Amino acid sequence: MSVLVLAECANGKLKKNAFEAAAFASGLAAQTGADLVAVVLGSASADDLASLGKAGVARVLHASDSRLDRMTSTSYTKALQSAADAAGASIIVLSHSSVGKTIAPRIAVRRNMTLVPGVSALPENGTFRKSMFSGKAWGDLKPEGDQLVITVNPNTTSFTLGDGVATVESLAVELSDSDFDYKVKEVVNESAGMTPLPEAELVVSAGRGMKGPENWGIIEELAGELGATTACSRPVADIGWRPHHEHVGQTGIAIKPNLYIAIGISGAIQHLAGVNQSKCIVVINKDPEAPFFKAADYGIVGDAFEVVPKLTEAVRKLKNS
Amino acid sequence: MKILVCISKVPDTTAKISFTDNNTKFNEDKVQFIINPYDEWYALVRALELKEGAGGTVTIVNAGPADNEQIIRKGLALGADDAIRIDMQANDAFQVAAEIAAVAKEGSYDLILCGKETIDYNGGVFGGLLAEMLSMPYVSLASKLDLQENSLLLEREIEGEKEVIEVAMPCVVSAQKGMAEARIPNMRGILASKSKPVAVITPSGTTARVPVASFSLPPEKGACKMVDADQAEELIRLLHEEAKVI
Ligand SMILES: Cc1cc2nc3c(=O)[nH]c(=O)nc-3n(C[C@H](O)[C@H](O)[C@H](O)COP(=O)(O)OP(=O)(O)OC[C@H]3O[C@@H](n4cnc5c(N)ncnc54)[C@H](O)[C@@H]3O)c2cc1C
Ligand SMILES: Nc1ncnc2c1ncn2[C@@H]1O[C@H](COP(=O)(O)O)[C@@H](O)[C@H]1O
Repeated sequence: MSVLVLAECANGKLKKNAFEAAAFASGLAAQTGADLVAVVLGSASADDLASLGKAGVARVLHASDSRLDRMTSTSYTKALQSAADAAGASIIVLSHSSVGKTIAPRIAVRRNMTLVPGVSALPENGTFRKSMFSGKAWGDLKPEGDQLVITVNPNTTSFTLGDGVATVESLAVELSDSDFDYKVKEVVNESAGMTPLPEAELVVSAGRGMKGPENWGIIEELAGELGATTACSRPVADIGWRPHHEHVGQTGIAIKPNLYIAIGISGAIQHLAGVNQSKCIVVINKDPEAPFFKAADYGIVGDAFEVVPKLTEAVRKLKNS
Repeated sequence: MKILVCISKVPDTTAKISFTDNNTKFNEDKVQFIINPYDEWYALVRALELKEGAGGTVTIVNAGPADNEQIIRKGLALGADDAIRIDMQANDAFQVAAEIAAVAKEGSYDLILCGKETIDYNGGVFGGLLAEMLSMPYVSLASKLDLQENSLLLEREIEGEKEVIEVAMPCVVSAQKGMAEARIPNMRGILASKSKPVAVITPSGTTARVPVASFSLPPEKGACKMVDADQAEELIRLLHEEAKVI
């Protein structure tokens, strides 16, 4: 019996969520006394593969076919199926990422396993905690049976890494053209050198209070100084001041960074729904009655155009001190 | 072109979230229900645009009890041709997908659209379950969808990247922001919706595999610590030394 974890790679490097999912799977394996096996799909370096040992993985199965560098739903499902057979997996763990959300349901149906999506913590007495109602409540899920496919919500489980080294075996996956359900014709990088929003630990976000797109310079400077990713409220994306992929909230992306700084955003309930799981929320708004302050840990009542440059300067000083 | 759009019913985005029956049931008292925004604004509206451009039909499907008629009529008022309601209490995505897979097989649709996730359960896995049950290609998280001769050209918005994808039909696509703009039903649509057919069908009886055993509310946030605007630097010190997030 074993727990199998899909450790995601991007551009040949293991992603942070690979270690997070592996550490979660390691906790699960410890609970049940099962072995922990990881599978990596596509190009990855030997050092990277062995480094999964840090998260408690003893054995890594590597399918190195470069056609797996990018996910398509059927090719990944086939590869994961081979890995699950090789590992004798009774539990499969994936990140609740764009990859995990796509593959987990397919593999669950294919192997007739029960799918437990988006969990936030290791199970207690067989129940898994999941955030629901866009962060406004928790649900405790009681899955049927013990053959499970579990996706772990990124940035929610805390984990520490050790110094283990995993052994690596290659995994043979026979792929033909018909194993790819679609063709990825082009990939556009939209992160502009920043950590993508769903993975960002620090986020600086701004809203309609900025008055116009030409004023985003001070937002980008603060984000740049902090090494943070920029985000925005929905109307700002809708009127085209900022790109759509920056829109956070109930109908945009839901994020849970360690720090969320909201500048000139009123804090409408639909906006909060996408950010209320952030560990620390800072609100900068000139209106002391702005609802966002009720959801904040720290606040400044003031004009963003005056306050934000001061913050940037203070961060610069802190870094140089 | 035959399009099937899967719509779910969710509490309005401003609804107060509370629970009854010893925290095992969502409290529906005074709650307004809407079509899940991803299903309505993006999936359904884009389906209607395709139909307006290239002809064909748009059918909506919902797995739910008779009360769901209200959101189904809204979908018809927006312009869907007909609807199917699978008469059941939906308890998880697996159960819903199994029932909708049966409906989809029956109707031989060219394209099946769903939302990227529901705003109440936040599962985000229904489309993948359905695609696997139907052995169809699956493009998740699509933010743009255009019809080509015999295939679809899609954009998929993922962590820091946008993929441009070509996929053959029939296929399953989950929709997110960007695919279309929200519409409001007009008077003619509302009148027409009253006479559009809603087929009510009996489910096969698949049961849920991951029911919610109980709900709870997160602890209330403590008071917000205010920093004077003239001493903005102090905030950075607090974030560094007290909150330890930078
Ligand atoms: C179904 C539905 C779904 C929605 N989904 C989302 C979603 O996913 N995400 C989202 O963000 N919204 C969403 N909305 C919209 C939401 O209700 C709000 O309208 C939106 O969040 C408001 O954006 P805002 O705070 O940027 O703008 P406003 O509400 O206009 O707020 C601007 C704020 O800036 C402050 N301000 C102005 N000038 C300054 C200055 N110089 N310095 C400092 N502060 C200043 C003002 O005091 C005000 O609080 C949704 C709405 C609906 C109905
Ligand atoms: N009861 C339902 N009836 C029809 N479609 C549904 C139902 N529940 C979920 N869906 C569809 O599945 C999508 C994702 O749901 P989920 O995976 O549960 O977050 C929704 O956006 C809908 O398109």
